[in-house]
Amino acid sequence: MMSMVVPCILLVVTAWGLSRGVDIWAALVEGGSQGLQTAVRMVPTLVGLLCGVYMLRASGALELLEGAVAPVLTWVGIPPETVGLLVVRPISGSAALGLGAELMNTYGPDSLVGRTAAVMLGSTETTFYTVAVYFGAANIHHTRYAIPAALCADAAGFLAASWAVRWLFP
Amino acid sequence: MAMSWIWVLMVGASILCGAATGRMEDVAGAALEGANAGVELCLAMVGVMCLWMGVMKVMEKSGMVQGLSRCLHPILSRLYPQHARDREVMGAVSANVAANLLGLGNAATPLGIQAAQRMAKGDGVATDSLCMLVVCNTASIQLIPATVASLRQAAGSASAFDILPAVWIASAVSVTVGIATAKVMAKVWR
Repeated sequence: MMSMVVPCILLVVTAWGLSRGVDIWAALVEGGSQGLQTAVRMVPTLVGLLCGVYMLRASGALELLEGAVAPVLTWVGIPPETVGLLVVRPISGSAALGLGAELMNTYGPDSLVGRTAAVMLGSTETTFYTVAVYFGAANIHHTRYAIPAALCADAAGFLAASWAVRWLFP
Repeated sequence: MAMSWIWVLMVGASILCGAATGRMEDVAGAALEGANAGVELCLAMVGVMCLWMGVMKVMEKSGMVQGLSRCLHPILSRLYPQHARDREVMGAVSANVAANLLGLGNAATPLGIQAAQRMAKGDGVATDSLCMLVVCNTASIQLIPATVASLRQAAGSASAFDILPAVWIASAVSVTVGIATAKVMAKVWR
């Protein structure tokens, strides 16, 4: 079923573009070169972050942290291995991607932990960055309940991601 | 700044822990190994990322954002009752949500900012609509999480897109909780 998703999207987008007289190939190439730039810009962040995570893991500090929060996270249904992701996700987008990739490589992309990490990444945003951009542009200093409400949404997203993966991939 | 503190914490904790457990040699090796892994990860992701950014560019140029934003208009005028009659705000907000749904972050941000600037009253205090706009934009509502899929592909997943239904469920829950929390807090938080 899901194997149809990618070909279908490509077909629909191409057909839509053709009907609107868009130069599809030029747009594909233009977007692709932007994708390349995005990937290149991510390199320094990922190098720093993975350097830190590898050190944490080699020193045994990561296991200590996981062990400390495991009872709480397990109780609510979140895999404790994702604890780093929960902390970093609202702060830095590329750092969260790096952590997610690390989890997928360690536990396998099709494992419970790997899938949960992927769904968490796909269903939440870099909250603090977004808040800063919007309120900065609108010249707002008093943000009232925006940050607490956004963090509630993030927490709900993390919980729902864990439960949805458990339910859909038993 | 926050990432600087996380970096300090990561390095400090690993050195302390490594010294305590006598694994300093492993820690030193891991630092360099991690740096390599960062570059390898980017290389592994480049292909899928280029393809999807290309597809998204076609969506953007063929006016999919405008089409979708027309469908969203009736729902959004209920979410922003104060601005339901303001055509400029409603136009920008629906285009913002449409671009977010299609995963066009670069197109969504300027549209959202345009709406935010119109909503601001100029006294530096966030209105209820502004808070709602920000909460909706911090809860991801992408239909196709392309970056995550390219990450899974890079890690060797058998079917990188099989997480789509789970992502939709989690996103829907997250957005609903965000909107509900904002609506409740709007009544009590002055």
